Amino acid sequence: MPADNDTLRKQIIEAIASQHRPTVTVLSSLLAIQDSIGYIPDEAIEEVAVQQNTTVNAVFGVASFYPNFRFSPPNKHSIEVCWGPTCHLQGSSNILQAVLNYLELKEEGDTEDGEFSFRFNTCLGACSQAPVISVNHELFGKISPDESINIINKIKSSDPHHK
Amino acid sequence: MNFEELKNQADEKWNQLNDSPTPVIRVGTAMCGHASGAFRVIQALKTLLAEKKIDAIIEEVGCIGLCYAEPLIDIKKQGKSRLFFNNVSVNNIEEIVEEYLVNNKIKNASTLGYLGKEGSVFNEPDLNTLPGIALQERIALRNAGHTAPGDIFQYIANGGYSGLNKALSTMEPSDVIEEVKNSGLRGRGGAAFPTGIKWSFLVGSPGPTKYILCNCEEGDPGAFNDKGILESDPHTLLEGLLIAGYATGASNGIVFIRHGHDGPINRTEEAIKQAKELGILGKDIFGSGFDFDIEVSLTGESYVAGEETALMEAVEGKRSMPRYRPPFPAAFGVWGKPSNINNVKSLSYAPEIISKGADWFSSIGVNKSTGTAIVCLSGDVNQPGLYEVPMGLTLQQVINDLGGGMKKDQTLKLLQTGGPLGGVLGPDSTDIHIDFDEMRAAGAIFGSGGIIVGSNKVCAVDLTRILVAFCQFESCGKCFPCRLGMEHLLEIVERISNFESQPGDMDLMKSVGGTMESGSLCGHGQLGFGPIRSAITHFEEDFRLHIEERICPTGSCNNPKIVPKNTRPYAQDFVAGVKND
Ligand SMILES: Cc1cc2nc3c(=O)[nH]c(=O)nc-3n(C[C@H](O)[C@H](O)[C@H](O)COP(=O)(O)O)c2cc1C
Ligand code: FES
Repeated sequence: MPADNDTLRKQIIEAIASQHRPTVTVLSSLLAIQDSIGYIPDEAIEEVAVQQNTTVNAVFGVASFYPNFRFSPPNKHSIEVCWGPTCHLQGSSNILQAVLNYLELKEEGDTEDGEFSFRFNTCLGACSQAPVISVNHELFGKISPDESINIINKIKSSDPHHK
Repeated sequence: MNFEELKNQADEKWNQLNDSPTPVIRVGTAMCGHASGAFRVIQALKTLLAEKKIDAIIEEVGCIGLCYAEPLIDIKKQGKSRLFFNNVSVNNIEEIVEEYLVNNKIKNASTLGYLGKEGSVFNEPDLNTLPGIALQERIALRNAGHTAPGDIFQYIANGGYSGLNKALSTMEPSDVIEEVKNSGLRGRGGAAFPTGIKWSFLVGSPGPTKYILCNCEEGDPGAFNDKGILESDPHTLLEGLLIAGYATGASNGIVFIRHGHDGPINRTEEAIKQAKELGILGKDIFGSGFDFDIEVSLTGESYVAGEETALMEAVEGKRSMPRYRPPFPAAFGVWGKPSNINNVKSLSYAPEIISKGADWFSSIGVNKSTGTAIVCLSGDVNQPGLYEVPMGLTLQQVINDLGGGMKKDQTLKLLQTGGPLGGVLGPDSTDIHIDFDEMRAAGAIFGSGGIIVGSNKVCAVDLTRILVAFCQFESCGKCFPCRLGMEHLLEIVERISNFESQPGDMDLMKSVGGTMESGSLCGHGQLGFGPIRSAITHFEEDFRLHIEERICPTGSCNNPKIVPKNTRPYAQDFVAGVKND
């Protein structure tokens, strides 16, 4: 949710301060912010630079390096499809095609209706159940293109149960 | 509390659980269970039990290895063995509850067998006689699927922390290192370097702050054994880390896990918390004077973050790009302090090596590959799973005995081993033994244990394209042979797979690959040509067909090719207000 600037800064500072792991770094702070508000706004780059006593470029360098960071608010539901080799051999390209078609996307990104954010995943760690997709961080294995669409369709317009 | 008191307390709790008048229902909830719906099954089960007013203890356990049978649940009634129900779903859980829990019989429910000294239930076979279990020799995974990872007492009752206690109370640090050296244990993270020797590098480095880093980046697609250990039995890793810390004189342990893998992260952090509460972590452990702390550190998504010097950069919160060596980590590691990097599996063997001795460990396995292989078997076999077997099994045994053979109407075409930087083997490779050196000599590596089985429906060019796309996508960009080389290789492989290859492409790939091998900064670029080299060695014909006849033998290359766009901006200034997605 885009918040006004003061609230956003407060949320960011709060996310940085409330990390429970003892070692706090640029990366750990960025992860905490993304977990808390879903993305890395410009203000977060600035705040982390201040807190960590470094430059905005150094912080942005870290944020832009790891593809799990995003720089705009995510849509309501997250969809990830595994394109790892096992899943590929078990037909994940058909799932990718079906899901992208359904979402009317050509590549990673967000649907216009504000419902879904789609990403590739290099391996969801459940290769023995390939092919695997993740919907709002719940894994679904041995899944077909049609079943994938059904699951996605079902959660459309529902509240996300994960942030 | 001293160790004996803890052990007594743990034994009592464990005996109570095993003799509980209320049935104990264990549900496998590692990633394989998760992906097959275990959490949905648990939810349905809880609702059912509440509706029917049935009392039962539900325990979330890890992976017993038979991933193909997930969701796998077992029910232990008082005085009876555990009875295993396979492929449970929200649709048939009610049947199981009705039949077995309520009416004490089984009619339609599908069962795998029993486990327990109380003997068979309904003439079910002993689970230990299933080939997928009989061939196993579980060391690092000894508790997986049997104990609740969230309960430290279950770990202790099953022999946990007795290795640490033995080391602290009866051994000098140098004895521990000797024991690990003599066990022949070699690192399970890829390079197979002897773990005891690696530990000895840290001994002489100056303290007081020294780190043991545990590598659970596990970016290899097709590998899930590190996450499997953390999800199934995190205490075995913590105990291993503690033993390594004692042996090397280190003060801190860091478990490095990829952000987003919540199962392994949460279970490890819960285990750390419990160990601290019982005084197994912290100051003066078991009254020995030895202090040690462990924390979890998360990385963003980056395969190269698993490389040991890049890992240290990520722990420091930076881009995970490898460092130049020397200096080596034992001299100048994370935050400049002496450090040692070990894989999850390597560390997880340590408790049993100390408890049972080096000779016991080295008697398992073959040649210079002692102990077990923790195989992540996936692909076109009937029974994909997580199998811990003695080193030395043949690939044939892996496919047929563990994997239950190829899927219906399919024959073996290829094996992809050792992760994307490993290699592929052909169908004539099944006599090869799982032995670090034998597999390396065959042009593949055992690496971290992933074995992906491909059938005659698989095109070697298509699979190579995916592996190269992965390696290109994951190149960190620091050194140009890897950054440009991977891009160039991908371009050529894509050309071949699109039937648009140009004369000289094969030679061009070899030349680019050679430059990467000799000029890259870390293993990613140095090994990045491996998948192509082994593919063109074993599947020359597939490549020839695409290049000369412009056809794909299986048709796979005619499908639309959807891979993520190559990413990782190498240098870009931060400009507020410009969207960078
Ligand atoms: C690109 C790259 C990725 C790696 N990824 C991992 C990994 O995910 N896990 C791991 O244990 N080792 C990984 N390694 C190997 C580590 O550098 C290191 O050798 C290993 O963690 C040492 O542990 P071991 O001695 O117990 O095997 C990787 C190496 C390279 C070059
Ligand atoms: S390759 Fe898809 S889950 Fe591992």
